[in-house]
This record gives sequence, C-alpha cells and structure tokens, in this order.
Amino acid sequence: MDDLIAEFLTETNESLAAADLALVKLERTPDDAATLSLIFRLVHTIKGTCGFLGLPRLERVAHAAENVLGKLRDGELVATSAVISPVLAALDRIKLIVSGLGATGAEPPGDDSACIAALERAADGDTSVSPPDPEAAAEPEHADAPPADAPVAVAEAVASQTIRVNVEVLEELMTLVGELVLTRNQLLQISRAEGTSAFTAPLQRLSHITSDLQEGVMKTRMQPIGNAWNKLPRLVRDLAHETGKKIQLDMLGQDTELDRQVLELMRDPLTHMVRNSADHGLETPDVRRATGKPETGNITLNAFHEGGHIIIEIADDGYGLNVVKIREKVLSKGLATDAELAAMSEAEVKNFIFRAGFSTAASVTAISGRGVGMDVVRSNIERIGGTVELVSTLGQGTTFTIKIPLTLAIVSALIVRACGERFAIPQINVLELVRVGREGATANGMAIERIGSTPVLRLREQLLPLVTLGDLLRLERTDREPVSATVVVTAVGSGTLGIVVDDVYDTEEIVVKPVAPILRHVTMFSGNTILGDGSVIMILDPNGVARSAGVSASRIKRDLNEHPLSTARSDDGTSLLLFRGGASEAPCAVPLSLVARLEDIERTKIERSGGGFVTQYRGKLMPLIAMGDAAPVTPENESTQPVLVFSDGNRSMGLMVDTIVDVVHDRLNIQLASSRPGFLGTAVVAGQAAEVLDTSYWLTQAWRDWFGGGQSAQNRCKRLLVVEDSDFFRQLLVPALSAEGFEVTAAGSAAEALRLRDAGLMIDVIVSDIEMPDMDGLAFARCVREGGGAWASLPMIALTGRASPADEARGREAGFTDYCYKFEREMLMQSLKHCLSEQVLM
Amino acid sequence: MTEVAPANGDDEHAFVTLMLADQLCGVPVLCVRDVLADQTIARIPLAPPEVAGNLNLRGRIVTAIDLRERLRLDKRPAGAPAMSIVTEQGSELYALLVDQVSEVLTLRRSKMEANPPTLPAIWAENSVGIYRLEQGLMVVLSVDRLLQLDLAAAA
Repeated sequence: MDDLIAEFLTETNESLAAADLALVKLERTPDDAATLSLIFRLVHTIKGTCGFLGLPRLERVAHAAENVLGKLRDGELVATSAVISPVLAALDRIKLIVSGLGATGAEPPGDDSACIAALERAADGDTSVSPPDPEAAAEPEHADAPPADAPVAVAEAVASQTIRVNVEVLEELMTLVGELVLTRNQLLQISRAEGTSAFTAPLQRLSHITSDLQEGVMKTRMQPIGNAWNKLPRLVRDLAHETGKKIQLDMLGQDTELDRQVLELMRDPLTHMVRNSADHGLETPDVRRATGKPETGNITLNAFHEGGHIIIEIADDGYGLNVVKIREKVLSKGLATDAELAAMSEAEVKNFIFRAGFSTAASVTAISGRGVGMDVVRSNIERIGGTVELVSTLGQGTTFTIKIPLTLAIVSALIVRACGERFAIPQINVLELVRVGREGATANGMAIERIGSTPVLRLREQLLPLVTLGDLLRLERTDREPVSATVVVTAVGSGTLGIVVDDVYDTEEIVVKPVAPILRHVTMFSGNTILGDGSVIMILDPNGVARSAGVSASRIKRDLNEHPLSTARSDDGTSLLLFRGGASEAPCAVPLSLVARLEDIERTKIERSGGGFVTQYRGKLMPLIAMGDAAPVTPENESTQPVLVFSDGNRSMGLMVDTIVDVVHDRLNIQLASSRPGFLGTAVVAGQAAEVLDTSYWLTQAWRDWFGGGQSAQNRCKRLLVVEDSDFFRQLLVPALSAEGFEVTAAGSAAEALRLRDAGLMIDVIVSDIEMPDMDGLAFARCVREGGGAWASLPMIALTGRASPADEARGREAGFTDYCYKFEREMLMQSLKHCLSEQVLM
Repeated sequence: MTEVAPANGDDEHAFVTLMLADQLCGVPVLCVRDVLADQTIARIPLAPPEVAGNLNLRGRIVTAIDLRERLRLDKRPAGAPAMSIVTEQGSELYALLVDQVSEVLTLRRSKMEANPPTLPAIWAENSVGIYRLEQGLMVVLSVDRLLQLDLAAAA
C-alpha cells in the first residue's frame, strides 16, 4: 500500500474516533463552540487530505458533512439531533469507506448520494425527513458489510503499526540511554583494568545491547527532513505570487532522516534561506527572458547523507551574488575599510552576507531585506555544530551547502591529552592523526617546523597550520615535555587545521552535555562529558579552536596541492610565503607553491665557489643566491641561514633570505609595478604591503639557462598577451614567459583583453585561459576572430586544465590555433615556437 | 529560588553555616541540595578565575565556583581540602567551594541586621544581612547573587 494512504488511514481513524466522541458531546451541549470547531477541523482535515490523495468518494461525503458543520459553527443551524444524526451517519460512511480503503488500497465502489442528500437537507435547515434518510442510505451499504468486515481488521492492523508517542517520553528515553552508555563505558573501563574475569563475557553482551538500544532509540527520534520542508511549496507559491516571479521548487532527498532536535533547529534557517532565494536570488520573468534564461526560476533543495553528516543544498539559478554590490554595501555600512576589502578574495567578500546588519536588496520588501537573516541562519547552524558555505556565480545563481551532524546527543570522540589534561575532540572533525617530533626532533621523519613564530607541519607536500592545544588553552605544563607529539588533523570549515596534543588515548562514545551558562563565552568548547572513569572533561569545538587561534576557517585552504587546478580556478587567492630579505623594508611575498622547500642551512656548510655561494644539498651542489647586496655569509649572530629552495626537475637553487615571517592565504593582486630587478611589484598581502618576488629573475641568477636559456634570443621582441583570470596563474605565466624573451602583457579577463585590442595594443600571439567568468576563452576567441582588426589572424593558444579531444575540437572551432595544458611549460613553449614560426612562414 | 524561607513558624529561618577564610557565613538551607566533602574537580581552561572546574555528582556535571575567588579572598592554601555546597539554578547545578561546612542554625528573621555601610563592595553585593551570634558575626550570603558572575569582566 502507498505510504501516504497508510499514514492517512492511521490519522483518519484517530480523527474519526475523536469526531465521534465530540459529536455526541455536542448533541448534549449544543452551544459548545470549542467542540464544534474541533469537529469542523477534523472533518475539514479529512476532506482536505482526501482531495489531495485523490479519493473522490470520501471527499464528497466529507465535504457535505463539512457544510453542515460550517453552518453549525456560524450559528446558522442549531445542533439538534436532527442535524447531528446525518453528520454521524456521514462519519459512519466515511469509516466504512476508509476500512475498504485499508483493505484494498482503493475506495470501494458505492453510492453515497442518499447520505449526501440528507446532509444537504440538514444544511438547508430542512430537518423534517432527514432522520430516516441516513439509515436508508446506510442500508445498501450495510448489505455490502460482510465483505467489508475482514478489511476492517486489516485496517486496524494498519492503524496499530504506528503509535504516537509523546516527544517528552522519547527525550527521556534518550537521556536514559545516554546515562546507560556512560555506565557501560565505566564498566568496560573497570573490566579492562581487571583483565579477564567471569564478568567479561556478559559485559560484552551488555555492551552490544546498549549499542543496539542506543541505535534503536536514536531511530525513534529520526524524522525525514521533508517534515521541515512541507510548508515550503506553499511559501514559495505565495512569494512567487507576491513578487510576480515564476518559481519552480524542486525538493530532492525528502526521505533523508535526521534527529528531531536537529530538524527543529534547522526548520527556521531553511525557511529563511528558501525565502531569501525566492525573494533576492531569482529574477523576475522579464529579466530572466532578457538574459536568455527560461522564465521560470528554479530553487532546488537537496538533502543527503555524507559521512555521518547531513548535507542540505539550497540552490537557485538566479542573479548570483554581485561582488561589486556587496563591496559597496560593506563600505556604506562600515563593516570593513577599502583597504581591508582590497585584500579580500571574492569568496571572502561574498561571505559578508552572513554578517549581522547586511542585506544586498536595495529596498526592504515585505519578505526580506531587513538585514536580519543570514547572520542568524549561520549562527543557528553553527550552534548545532554545522557549517554553511556558499558558491555563487554572477548570472548563474547561488548554492548554499549546509553540513550538519545527524544527532547532537551522543557522539564518538577522540580523547586526547595536553599538559596532563584530557579533552574530547568529536570524531567527525578528525581527518587523521600524525605522530611528530617536537620541534627539532623528528619521529617517523615528521617534525613541526616554524615559519616565524607560526608552527606548521609539512604533510604530503602541504603546509598544515598548527595550533598547540596547551598554549591555546593557556595550560601550565606540569609534566615533563614529551619527546613526541600528535597532530590531530581536523576539518575546520572548508579547510584543515592541525591541533598539537601530547598524546591520544582512545575513541569513546560520549554524551554531550551543554556547558554551564556561565561558561558559554568560552567558544572553544562545545560541551562537556563524563568519561568511563567518572572524570569530567571538556569537548573541544575545532571551529572554535580555529577562531580562537585567529585562523579564519575560510582562510585555510584544504588540499592545496592535491587540487592545484581548483585552487587556481577559484578566486580564493593563494598561499603566500612572507619573508624579509634584501634591502627592502617591506616584507617580500612569493606564492608558496613555487617554493619547493624551506631550509635552515648551517652557515659553516655554505661555501664560496666561483663568484657565488654554494652548499651541498641532497648530495648535489646547490647554488645559493643572496638577496640584496649584503654579504650573505655573516655567521656572527646566527648559525643557520634561512633559504627558500626552488626546484625544477633535478635542479635546485637556494635563495638566502633574512627571516621567514609567515604563511598567509590571500589574493595576489599586484598593484604597483616594480622597477627593481627581482621583484614583480607591490601587492597588499594580509593587510600590509609586500614586494612580490619575481622568481624567474632569481632562478636565472642561479642558472642562466633555467628556462631553457638559448631560445630567449629568438623570441626577443615577440609580443605576447596572456588572458587569465586567476592571479595565481598570471603570476606564474608572466615571469616564465618573460624569461623566454617575450614581451608580455597580461589581462585579467576577456573583456580587459578586448579593451586592450580596442586601445590599439599590438601583439604577436595570444595565450588565453578557457574557463573564465563572464566571457570564457571560447567566446573570447570567437570575438577576436570575428572582430576583425589587427588581432583577427593572430595565433591563439588555449590554456586549460581539461584538454580532451572534444574540448580541443571545440577550442579549434572557436578559433584557437593550439591547445595546451596549464602546467606543461614545455608544451606551451613548443606550441608558441610552432605558432610563431608558422606565422613567419605565412 | 527562595532566599530566606521559614523553617519553624513565620519568623524562624534555617541557615547552613560555613567558613570562608576564617569568616563565618550562612546560606539559607533551602538553597542547599547537597553538601559534599573534598571532590576531584576537573579544571576548565580559559574559565573565569571564580570557576574552579567541573565535578561529577552522580552522573551530573556540576560547575564548581570557588567562593574564596568569588569574594576576592586569599587563595586556599595548597592541599587544604574544600567542601562544597551544591545548589541549583535554572536546572543547572553549581557547587560552591568553601573551607568548611559547619552546622544548621535556626535564627529569627527579626534578628538579622542590615549590612554595615562600610562593608567592602564585594561583600555588600553578595550579602543580604548580618547575624550577631555568640561565636561571631555571620554574613548571610545570597546564592543568586554569588552565581551572577560578571561575564563581561571574565571574557
């Protein structure tokens, strides 16, 4: 049987029983308005549901009964038995049909006209002949009764498959199970200490049963997320009506279950976000038509499980967030200064919509735009240990992704020790554990290093920011400093953070208890719990830890090197290494990904060779280049020399710097070009001016032929335009191409490149990215080819991360001469050489 | 919470007396849920200084407030045991750490005297009156006020 029908049957059977009682009561006390409206509501609900489920026979009967009840309620009729009887008869009829429905899943055939006629007569106030009629009407139906008898039993069976339980009972059960889990943990701990005893086996069994019971009780609290969504279609419909938009709401994964408590807390944020999408996110049909979109805007809700979490996506295909508008708004509201904004990536700017007092809608509408909302949404989600992220493309829409835990009550946690104190870290935040040596010492070849005063760990070619738990919590070290430590790599927002602890014990199922109100301001803890041994420990909130450590989660990029493409494609900026060196007062910056290694080389190991310095590095001689004029070997005060190592193939060079300051995540946006050799220019990095290193300059200082040398001459004076939206790649390409002898002009977008063309820039070859916002590389190529002028016949090389034959074909069709991978410098050089020589031949 | 409740007739109130750095104090007996001997207290990093930590009372987590810290008295000598008075506020349990819990006294409400105006501010804020007893002066403490930690100052 259809689930909906089964649910309807359960509910209707309950309603009917209640309506029966109430009607009888009404007959005795005809003036009882409360009872009357209760009956009216019950019958109305039955009617409404029937209409929805497509049960015409029930609907007709219920509708006629509702009419009578409506008149009773409005005082047009008096509740005499002459009026009540047909209603009771109608209820009987409904019961009969419902039982038939329960048996077969479909309405039994039958004629209700007499019953309905009696109700209509009652509604008209004509009570003279009504009493006998219901009976007469029921008669033929009763003739059908025998076959209907068996179905009644089935219907009851259906009804008894679910029972309604007061939520408080379930909450109480959950608390008790929580206590049981704690007691079980305590017993297990004792048992482990005692070794094998007669209790071991029964205890194991108790443990299993407890786990099963916990799971079972959790299940009773689970509700499909659709329950929190059921009001949304109506909401969206009304909004569409009010705003004159056409909106299609799609809901996927409605059956995804999550804890009732979580569901309740998610209801309001979800409603708000959908309302926002409908009001701000989507355009009116005219605007949509004008921009070539279908008139009907889509809002899609999608819920699914992912690794102990529920993911809810709310996507619209509307305007998308306008970064320019947000910037203006931020400035006008005084939420940030111009300089701060300039240093922010687009993603960071977009995140301003989560700040209090922010609304991008120019006018306050009845629906939203009051500037209270997204900040509340975010804090509500974070309160239940969830996160919310947004991805938005101008003109294509916005997608919010909410990640929330399945349940709040019992979580699996890792018990760690720092400075003799124990803490719990929720397992869902833990990605991996890495054993490392304390600074200086190494364990399994892993060691904590420091950049300036910031500890970092090199984990699979990735620099992981670290916080030391003991320091962060200002714990005093009472025990001896251990020789090794463990880094708990945690997922924080969309990034990772390493938490350094002394030791890791075990995982334990813990019951999360909220911290006392007087401790709520300590945001590093999400709660506290009692361990198996009876001790009370605090539960760490890694997001809170990251915030307290001053590491904004959005600034930590996960898997920088595992997905270099996506990093470069995103406008999140890049990780930059800040250091001091040369004569420059400002710090210098270089994209971290260009640096192979950071080394401290003992000064005694630095040798003079020829006119320069070398050191033995990994069994080879590595040239060391000093920044600035100062003599690099000044072993007076410090015994080691910090060196940035750049590698390519089997060649390395070291750049001797004064100090390494920090690693920051920022957009590399060079604002002032530099006239000094060795620097590209000045950029604002983490709020201060920094000189950006021209790596190619320093590389060629060490190895004159670093970039394939020799060829430079033949490329001399070839003018090249790079069109690339990613700052990172522009900074990577420009020096490399300059070193090849090209005269390089860079454009950050296709539009900018076209402006350069219109301004009369003369060039010999164009290298363009394919995936760019607004106008992509393909459109750009077509524009160049069709636009005529000096550029129309220039060779164009496409740079892309995806170069499947199909992509290549599309590229060539659009007008590209050649197609190259972004990371294949050799390939690009070959291609350039090829294109340019061909052009010479032409 | 009833601060001062009748124990015997309208005028008689029962107090639990306690010692804090040689000062005799009293709290209304109806505020007291439990009296505990020296307990293992797990300290809470970053908590305000008044918060001594957490303790486990039959499976419930109780936040311990050190009254010596709360009333800006000298620190308890290291190793000296502390007793706790457990009280409930808004369904949360709190343990007030004191040096010694002595006895229950029944006193007449009318005998309670107002705080002398020269009482240090921290005592005046947390006290509702003074009793003159044979063994010395007893300061009647207000549990509600003691639990109102100044969060702004602590943060």
